Amino acid sequence: MPRVGGRWLAIAVGFLAVTASAATLVGADSLPATTVLKALATHLPLLHLHGLAPSDASIVWQIRLPRVVLAGLVGAMLALAGATYQGVFANPLADPYLLGAASGAELGATLAIAYAPAAWAVNAVPTCAFVGAGGAVAAAVLLGRSVGSGRSTTILILAGLAVAAFLTAIETYVQQQHQAVIRLIYSYVLGRLGTAGWAGVRLVLPYLAVSAVIILAHRRHLDVLSLGDVEAASLGVNVGRTRMLLVAAATLGTAAAVAMAGTIAFVGIVVPHTIRLLTGASYRTILPLSMIAGAGFLIACDLAARTLIAPGELPIGVITAFVGAPFFVVLLRRSNRMMT
Amino acid sequence: MRKHQLIGVLAVFAIAASACASSSTTPQRPVAERSGHAAYPLTLHDAAGTVTIPHRPTRIVSLSATATQMLFAVGAGAQVVAVDQYSTYPSSAPRTNLSGSQPNVEAIARYRPDLVINDADVGNLSRSLKALRVPVLIEPAAKSFAVSYQQIADLGAATDHEHGARQTVSSMRSHIARIVASVPRPSRPLRVYHELDPTFYSATTATFIGQIYRLFGLRNVADKAGITRNSGYPQLSAEYVVASNPQVIVLADIACCHQSARTVAARPGWSRVDAVRHDLVLGVDDSLASEWGPRIVEFVGHVAKLLRRAETVYGAGQP
Repeated sequence: MPRVGGRWLAIAVGFLAVTASAATLVGADSLPATTVLKALATHLPLLHLHGLAPSDASIVWQIRLPRVVLAGLVGAMLALAGATYQGVFANPLADPYLLGAASGAELGATLAIAYAPAAWAVNAVPTCAFVGAGGAVAAAVLLGRSVGSGRSTTILILAGLAVAAFLTAIETYVQQQHQAVIRLIYSYVLGRLGTAGWAGVRLVLPYLAVSAVIILAHRRHLDVLSLGDVEAASLGVNVGRTRMLLVAAATLGTAAAVAMAGTIAFVGIVVPHTIRLLTGASYRTILPLSMIAGAGFLIACDLAARTLIAPGELPIGVITAFVGAPFFVVLLRRSNRMMT
Repeated sequence: MRKHQLIGVLAVFAIAASACASSSTTPQRPVAERSGHAAYPLTLHDAAGTVTIPHRPTRIVSLSATATQMLFAVGAGAQVVAVDQYSTYPSSAPRTNLSGSQPNVEAIARYRPDLVINDADVGNLSRSLKALRVPVLIEPAAKSFAVSYQQIADLGAATDHEHGARQTVSSMRSHIARIVASVPRPSRPLRVYHELDPTFYSATTATFIGQIYRLFGLRNVADKAGITRNSGYPQLSAEYVVASNPQVIVLADIACCHQSARTVAARPGWSRVDAVRHDLVLGVDDSLASEWGPRIVEFVGHVAKLLRRAETVYGAGQP
């Protein structure tokens, strides 16, 4: 039903446009909207504006805008990865961290902070977190295959659980032994959307792009997979390979997102389910809509995190869960009423 | 993963609360006679209640870096048998791997202590040690010099070094007064940003470190977040810190988080901040800036040096 998809697409894009504009215009430093627009306009080619304080320009361009962009990218990625995992595992509770990506990333960051030479510990964090996230999921997949020959998704999920618990144990031990640097570790785990800057955007963008392209190219396969392995195979889909490819792609993007922004809860669950409840549609529409809505959702949450008690900040995870959970419950009740 | 993140949130608040802000007690006086030698048994009032010290302690275990500083300053160093892993000053203190934040009662008891000191009554420390008839004195993070001086007096009384305690306090008072007086006051107060970690946790005027900036007549940019928010340790937005354009910056995250004037200058948008442009970013050892003992004089001295440099840049009479 292309018309329904089109309407929801317009709504999602509108939501993203509104949140992104609001997040760019509003911040802890109450700059007038005209100043913000001027600061943005100076970066358009062939345009030279005057009467703009360089400090205002750099606040908008170097601090606020990259934060909005990064929140959008991370939100899009987490929602897309969440939807993918839910499809691949036919499990509504699956989130991007299901197979240990978050634990792996946190352990990688913790090890970098605790053991790397001071001179490059901070710079090493994203790389180590990325490797940790990817490594954890790879370990879970290998472990799952060694037990269940790669067929059962339940075994894969349980293997992910075991890997995550094991890595968290190491992480906790290392943190407990390095309390002098524990503040830095927590500042990482709680997310760094506010400090990453354009450098952070540049670092994650390629991974997110590759991940999104692979997943979106296989969105039809997710619909087929949801019919069950036997049916999918009879329709000509190589179930095992498709599943692994999608897990790998979702993990690549999740690893990059979590390496740059820390573990942000709930986005990967609430956004895809909201889209599913609203549109009731197939993965062909759920995946792209989740990306767009996820971007808008995380941008809005980050806006709240940095303005509600401005110039103080709230942890973004507090906002995503505090806003997302009740909204989600309302949706669930509504959809339940509609069904009965 | 929500649980995971909440643990992180809670942990940050717990750290802020325990390391920085657990002091809600008003200065309290030891009941014992305040002149001459202490009369044992001695009863003291601390943050956890009433503590009775039966005799002059000779086997003290200090689990608080600040208490360790204080004990050695008042002259009770020889009575100290063990200090925790973060009691790095003075270097002659008998450092062990004991932990004050996660105290192991059995490991503490192994030193056969007759007095244990910590900055928080974590995990029922005092009740557990009471069962072993070991008195525990809790001296939480001070929010003012008055409380810090009172803790020094308490420790002096508890260890039979009242005279040493009085001398320590009067030396701190006079040093700090002299240092503060040596820095000329600009006609308009300079703006200071104190950084606790690279995600912009800061300290307001309501904190121990914040009152030092107030002594110098500085304007603390963190105050705008509400001086008592998060017990005086709010997390600020990067764009707010940059927009408030601090003229001096003090980094208390050089050890924990590898920050320096160089890393601050490299942050996006920070190169235009006055303190960065004029090289007025001071890094001080995290522990020096987070303890509330006699060594705070050293911190006050570092700040004074920074402000004298600031004066040559901004001018004493200029905004």
